[in-house]
Amino acid sequence: MEANEFVVRMEKITKIYPNGIAANRDVDFTIRKGEIHALIGENGAGKSTLMKILFGLEQPTDGTIYLNDERVTLSSPLEAISKGIGMVHQHFMLVSSLTVAENIVLGMAPKKGGLFIDYKEAVRLTREYSERYNLFVEPDARVADIAVGMKQKVEILKALVRGAQVLILDEPTAVLTTQETVELFQELKNLKEQGFTIVFISHKLKEIKELTDRITIMRAGRSVGVYDTDSISEQEISRLMVGRDVVLKMDKPESVPGERVLCVEDLHYINEWDKKMLDGISFSVRQGEIVGIAGVEGNGQRELVDILFGLKMPDSGDATIDGQSLIGLPQARIRTLGVSYVPEDRMTFGVAQTANIQENMVSDRYSQKRFNKGPLFNMKSLYDESDKLIMDYAVLCKSRAQEVGMLSGGNIQKVVVAREFSSDPILIIADQPTRGIDVGATELIRNKLVELSRAGAAVLLVSADLNEVMELSDNLIVMYNGQIAGYFDDGQWDDLMMGEYMLGLKRQSDEEIRRACHA
Amino acid sequence: MFGQFFQTIFQADFLFIIIRITAPILFAALAAVISEKAGVANIGLEGMMMITALFGFLFAYWTQSWVVGVLGAMLVGILLGLMMGFFSFKLKTDIILSGIAVNMLGTGGTIFLLYMFTGLRGNTGALVSPNILIPTIDIPLINKIPVLGEILSGHAILTYLAFIFVFILRIFLYRTPLGLKIRAVGENPNAASSVGVSVTRMKYIAIAMSGALAGLGGAFMSMYYSQGWNQGMVAGRGFIALAAQAMGRGEPVGAMFSSLLFGLAQAMKTKVSGLRGMASYNYLIEMIPYVVTIIGLVFYAMSIKRKARRHQLKPIKEKLS
Ligand SMILES: Nc1ncnc2c1ncn2[C@@H]1O[C@H](COP(=O)(O)OP(=O)(O)OP(=O)(O)O)[C@@H](O)[C@H]1O
Ligand SMILES: [Mg+2]
Repeated sequence: MEANEFVVRMEKITKIYPNGIAANRDVDFTIRKGEIHALIGENGAGKSTLMKILFGLEQPTDGTIYLNDERVTLSSPLEAISKGIGMVHQHFMLVSSLTVAENIVLGMAPKKGGLFIDYKEAVRLTREYSERYNLFVEPDARVADIAVGMKQKVEILKALVRGAQVLILDEPTAVLTTQETVELFQELKNLKEQGFTIVFISHKLKEIKELTDRITIMRAGRSVGVYDTDSISEQEISRLMVGRDVVLKMDKPESVPGERVLCVEDLHYINEWDKKMLDGISFSVRQGEIVGIAGVEGNGQRELVDILFGLKMPDSGDATIDGQSLIGLPQARIRTLGVSYVPEDRMTFGVAQTANIQENMVSDRYSQKRFNKGPLFNMKSLYDESDKLIMDYAVLCKSRAQEVGMLSGGNIQKVVVAREFSSDPILIIADQPTRGIDVGATELIRNKLVELSRAGAAVLLVSADLNEVMELSDNLIVMYNGQIAGYFDDGQWDDLMMGEYMLGLKRQSDEEIRRACHA
Repeated sequence: MFGQFFQTIFQADFLFIIIRITAPILFAALAAVISEKAGVANIGLEGMMMITALFGFLFAYWTQSWVVGVLGAMLVGILLGLMMGFFSFKLKTDIILSGIAVNMLGTGGTIFLLYMFTGLRGNTGALVSPNILIPTIDIPLINKIPVLGEILSGHAILTYLAFIFVFILRIFLYRTPLGLKIRAVGENPNAASSVGVSVTRMKYIAIAMSGALAGLGGAFMSMYYSQGWNQGMVAGRGFIALAAQAMGRGEPVGAMFSSLLFGLAQAMKTKVSGLRGMASYNYLIEMIPYVVTIIGLVFYAMSIKRKARRHQLKPIKEKLS
């Protein structure tokens, strides 16, 4: 092996976040000069963390980094930038009210008269790089007014102007339309021809096959292999990505589905950047069953749940609860129809952090008769109710008067779940109900979900945790690219098969997918 | 009665008064603009003005020089700003709380300091001398123009400075690299730090500048407007300035127009209450500046809403990565 072949060598990188999550464990990662290197892995596998370490945004707990065979410590982005590393983040880092040119020169603005910004020079610089690298942008446009595709180019230019030789792109295509993706690929290939080295993170195997030279696969914080992209099949990649050592099987009683509760009919949704997020989704959830929705994040699950709980309006299609359409209804109305909702972002949508446990637990029912005495609350019955819920859901707290924001993540989620599960719902929408919480709380929430469904509730479970959906679901839907890629009702699924549907390698016939409607 | 009212209003000396009354509000409003641009809510302006007014006056008295007084007030303002910054950026207290602390220091602490330094209670009337008051200037040529001369000429040096600073601040924010960095930090600190701009340093710079401007406002109050320091002197101008900042959309020129509006309201109050037959309406008249503030803020909120509707986007939720 020739010295200097690797521009970047990261050895035995371990990263443990302050909250105890080990996002990277003993990861070896190398990049050859002039290649496009893919980094792939499930949600939460540690890809972004590894790249943030390379960009100086996070410090590794352990491990060493070599740039061109020289050992370095990268303690800040500034340092990484000065050593020729640039990163385009998963979420854009742009200032919306500034123009494209201002964003590009921010922190290194050209001056005139020793004091003032030479804006003309900033525009000229932007044009120069824009033309040299074939990345078309409008230097004078305000970032707030430009399309996502152009924002991405601004981000790439930002890195190039600062002299980046190695470009890290974290899920650059997740927000792009098909056309914009085609453009981006052309631009990246151009850059490669001009000698740049690129790291490309994506969940889309087709893109990786098309664009990249080598590929590193991550799973649960570890690297599980480096391959030449040509020498590995998509099936193999999928297997390495999702393969698990042990899959816990949950013992749950047989489901006996009853009437249809939730019917979703041909939902379409196009987001504000003209990307098709839902493209004809139809399925139903019946009494007494848990329907799981699996899929890599960003394939329309978010939008689906938002529509079902009245947070977004679909462009077309319908969703009904017991025959009544819930499209356009306010959340309070949707709740009175018997829908409960466990939101993914519990801190924003699940609890009022500065209110106490008791207040949070009854916040959906304080207007009921039994909690009121004339114009005042019946405090005793409110207290009894919350005390009972605290017991039932084993919320670890000092008292019902404790502020919710002070609880641990798992216990906050228990508060949410206690409220949502105890209102006799006929439909429960659970969006990533166990993300980022401890084993005990996870166990409790999963058991409760099964219990409620067996008592007759319809449950829609959305989760990026493949294990969780596979364990809990009676029937399983896989979403890919805003569509249903597969519907499984035989309980005969395994992670390898799921992986292939999740990554778009396989799709059932329309016939088979229509079964999800139970019509 | 109305005839008399309009007669009073459309007089050159009334417009002169508006400008005079506006100046300290404008300094404070600009102070609010610069810190808000960096994403720092400087609630402490009221207290900063109280304290700097006192120190400005004392420095001037000790040295018998108004220039030293003004510079001293700015210096104290800067120190107060840095102190707020230290508590909030370094020790991580809420910036609103540090602001409230400064305000309390402004009401309670100043009386104590005054007594400690001079042995006087409540006000400095006894120490005033012409040397330590900010001089007024007649602008050559302009002072010869009828009416306009009466309005624009003969103000205190600091009054002119307040209006000049509107444009200096604007140029600073929009034409200098430092201004660009401050705006970026205020709007999207992650974006700024991703290109190596130090967020904390920018915030310190902004709040120090905010303190300096508040210091000018304070000095103006004690060394010109009230001709000496007294306890109730600032009278909510620090808070009115925050409203002026918001109403002016956080822009220097906008803040100037809103400050003028508040100046107008204050001037009207003074004028109207002096008219014959107005004594029984005194409480109503006292309300004028505050009613104007509320009306102004309502219009402001409405325009924001209209703008938001024009740019309406479907709600976006931050995705957790
Ligand atoms: N700042 C942080 N503090 C604590 N934990 C974090 C932080 N950032 C990430 N994590 C956790 O570290 C793990 C790896 O996260 P990372 O963002 O690297 O995953 P990823 O592979 O990029 O996933 P995705 O495909 O969803 O972007 C996750 O469990 C995540 O919750
Ligand atoms: Mg990521």
